[in-house]
Amino acid sequence: MSLSTLLLALLVLSSLAFYLGRKKALSAAGSNLRTLHSLPNYYGYYLALWAGIPALAVFTLWLVLEPQIVQSLVVGGLPEAQRNLSPGRLGLLINDIRNLASGNIVSREVAPGLQEAADHYVRLRDTSRIALFVAVLALAVAGLTFGRQRIRANLRARNQVETVLKAFLIVGSTVAVLTTAGIVFSLVFEAGRFFVAVSPAEFLFGTEWSPQIALRKDQVGAQGAFGAVPLFAGTLLISVIAMCVAMPVGLMSAIYMAEYAPPKLRTVIKPILEILAGIPTVVYGFFAALTVAPFFRDTGAAVGLTISSESALAAGIVMGIMIIPFVSSLSDDVINAVPRAMREGSYGLGATQSETIRKVIIPAALPGIVGGFLLAISRAIGETMIVVMAAGLTANMTINPFHAVTTITVQIVTLLIGDQEFDSPKTLAAFALGLVLFLITLVLNIGALRIVKKYREQYE
Amino acid sequence: MSNSANGAALPRAAGLGSIFDARQQVSEAVSAGLKRRYAREKRFRLYGMLATLFAVAVLGILLFTIIRTGLPAFTQTMIKLSVTLYPQEIDPKGDRDPQTLSSADYQRLVRDALDDYFPDVTSRNDRRELFAMISPGATYVIRSMVIADPSLIGKRIEIEVPLKDDIDQFAKGKIDSEADQANRRVSDKQIGWYQRLVDRDLIVSRFNTTLFTAGDSRSPELAGIWGAVVGSFWTMSLTLLMSFPLAVGAAVYLEEFAPKNRWTDVIEVNINNLAAVPSIVFGLLGLAVFIGFFGVPRSSPMVGALVLTLMTLPIIIIASRAALKSVPPSIREAALGVGASKMQATLHHVLPLAMPGMLTGTILGMAHALGETAPLLMIGMVAFIVDVPSGPLSSATVMPVQIYLWSDAPERAFIERASAAIMVLLGFLTVMNLLAVALRKRFEKRW
Repeated sequence: MSLSTLLLALLVLSSLAFYLGRKKALSAAGSNLRTLHSLPNYYGYYLALWAGIPALAVFTLWLVLEPQIVQSLVVGGLPEAQRNLSPGRLGLLINDIRNLASGNIVSREVAPGLQEAADHYVRLRDTSRIALFVAVLALAVAGLTFGRQRIRANLRARNQVETVLKAFLIVGSTVAVLTTAGIVFSLVFEAGRFFVAVSPAEFLFGTEWSPQIALRKDQVGAQGAFGAVPLFAGTLLISVIAMCVAMPVGLMSAIYMAEYAPPKLRTVIKPILEILAGIPTVVYGFFAALTVAPFFRDTGAAVGLTISSESALAAGIVMGIMIIPFVSSLSDDVINAVPRAMREGSYGLGATQSETIRKVIIPAALPGIVGGFLLAISRAIGETMIVVMAAGLTANMTINPFHAVTTITVQIVTLLIGDQEFDSPKTLAAFALGLVLFLITLVLNIGALRIVKKYREQYE
Repeated sequence: MSNSANGAALPRAAGLGSIFDARQQVSEAVSAGLKRRYAREKRFRLYGMLATLFAVAVLGILLFTIIRTGLPAFTQTMIKLSVTLYPQEIDPKGDRDPQTLSSADYQRLVRDALDDYFPDVTSRNDRRELFAMISPGATYVIRSMVIADPSLIGKRIEIEVPLKDDIDQFAKGKIDSEADQANRRVSDKQIGWYQRLVDRDLIVSRFNTTLFTAGDSRSPELAGIWGAVVGSFWTMSLTLLMSFPLAVGAAVYLEEFAPKNRWTDVIEVNINNLAAVPSIVFGLLGLAVFIGFFGVPRSSPMVGALVLTLMTLPIIIIASRAALKSVPPSIREAALGVGASKMQATLHHVLPLAMPGMLTGTILGMAHALGETAPLLMIGMVAFIVDVPSGPLSSATVMPVQIYLWSDAPERAFIERASAAIMVLLGFLTVMNLLAVALRKRFEKRW
């Protein structure tokens, strides 16, 4: 039996509980239904909750805890010498045991002790599964009987059901906070472990980035270098190029759409910009790497310029294109929010349309526009796929857009793709970079909101 | 503007004539500047038009290049072979044992069939090149045919099998036969043999069904997107299952029940900030918390869905709150007035009215999640996976990640398939967006 069968069984039990609860309530009320405190269905829900929730809670808890407990039991059963291995090696060993247990091919030859441990592992897991089944079903039945006894005509079933529902709503609303807490906690924790190995000053101000891990202790450059300045410079370069494309084009197209375009054209162009906004970033990456970058390289070669095939220019321009609709729709909103009276006042003084836009509308909408730009910059900095596919991997400190540069996000991806060891500085460096990225974008976002709030003119 | 400067210079107490003069001066100054100002107006307008045109043109170029690269992937060049299924090769004992049937040397049969077409190719190297023209998938085709119907053994069957990707590219005109032989992946000899096959009408071009039925493969002609589609399906279903109830719950709580206090302010700021956190950070969270701490299996749709749920949650919450806000208070008041509890008023009246808006937001959020790649790279969904995933805990990849993997491959044929996969992905996204628009149009209510 699989876990989904168990869930299905639980669902059936809960439905049964609904039926039983309703029936019990009706019989408790006797001939006069008015003596019931709540509508009969609420007694059904009440009992279904009693049957379902405790069992489900145990089920979830079990699944979360099971791997750790089984693993520690298996490790406890290993011979002394293996138990005292370093955490990394122990992890490998456990992996081997797991692979053996699930019948996969193991990389090395199977040591006799290993097979035993794997059998032990399988036995423990099977026992755990059976225990889970028994526990969950027993708890569901127990909840059902207990709840059923409590059903009387004057039981405030509706209030209790509503309390549970409200608790669920509250849980839903706290997930966002928990997510933020999870992000901050995991980034700070892993980055802290990284900063034990590499000093924060070296990370933030060092100018050499080559995060390879040594195979042997005595290898040349075994330490790796974790100076992230070239990454910051590369990120900045690409973001600047992107903003050079996105800001003018996005703003001008927003102005055109809001002020000049005839309504018919608007209804055509708006959806097109929305399509641009809805295209997945991997598609932009594909476009950048396979169309734009070769095009620049060949054009450069034709006019005698050496443009790298992973140039910052290609990645930056495509990223700018990706951000155009974002800038444009934010600017469009704020431009439309400027009241008509200001426009008409300006026309009345004899200003042309473009003069009105430049001297009246844009100043009035400026906080919103600047806020939009800041959000766009934060997007450019956090964008991953375009740079992973079109920008380079080597950390160059350059402001030449024809050269290849690398960015924070590219390095996070390259550090974390493939096999990871959770205790090597190489893996942990990704979390330190992630922390930097998170902080930068957070500051930009908060700054954007602040500017919009503080400097917004209130016209109403 | 120049007229205001002139106006200030007007003499304050002057005769009628000088006022007239001053007026004339002003209007002259204004009309002198008019031409320049109109030109400027025109230019400004032109910039706006150009900017808009640029955005539209870029979209056009993007779609055009993708379709141009991707369309050829929908056809596959096949070779007609007539293979004799010699009983002594396949089943020497004659007991039709499935084990024997599946381990027989079908490659040899394919080679025999090819030898029949080219009896003149005898040298070892030449034959190797010749056999390299046919996809290794040919043997699987024959094997599955034999296993499905053992009575075929001993007969001669006519089949169509895919050619190797390089030959396929040549057939589609993507490889220039004039170029230096060392710089292309098809040799002159292979081109010659291919021409002979064409002359004998043995080459056909068929709709590429493999692309839609197979999982990933090292050989482009055997690779398909089905594995990624199924992986995306599992991931999206789980994401929907987790994010929709949570997001609706959160939105209902914040709009209908939450007291205005510090805590709800914190929640609100959090939701807005989360919507702007780079997606890759969610990947780091998934790696550290879901995989590292809770031990959810790596590369599984489950862990992908958990990460995407956290990512789409803010989007759906924001849309759902807007939908709830648009329900007029009179609805709530009427429900409360006839004796409904607050929860009943919300669940029975407000929620159904807000549902279309919530669903629209959910569909858009799911479309966003369907195209998301970066966080999934962190949690191991980039592995090379041949099998079609069987459930939420088996290793899987998703469509955007498959596109990423293929566009990184050196073979041209993979690039072609990546474009085709993009077309399919964009197709899905278009359908989802149209659905959202239709939903909005159909149920939109003006109170």
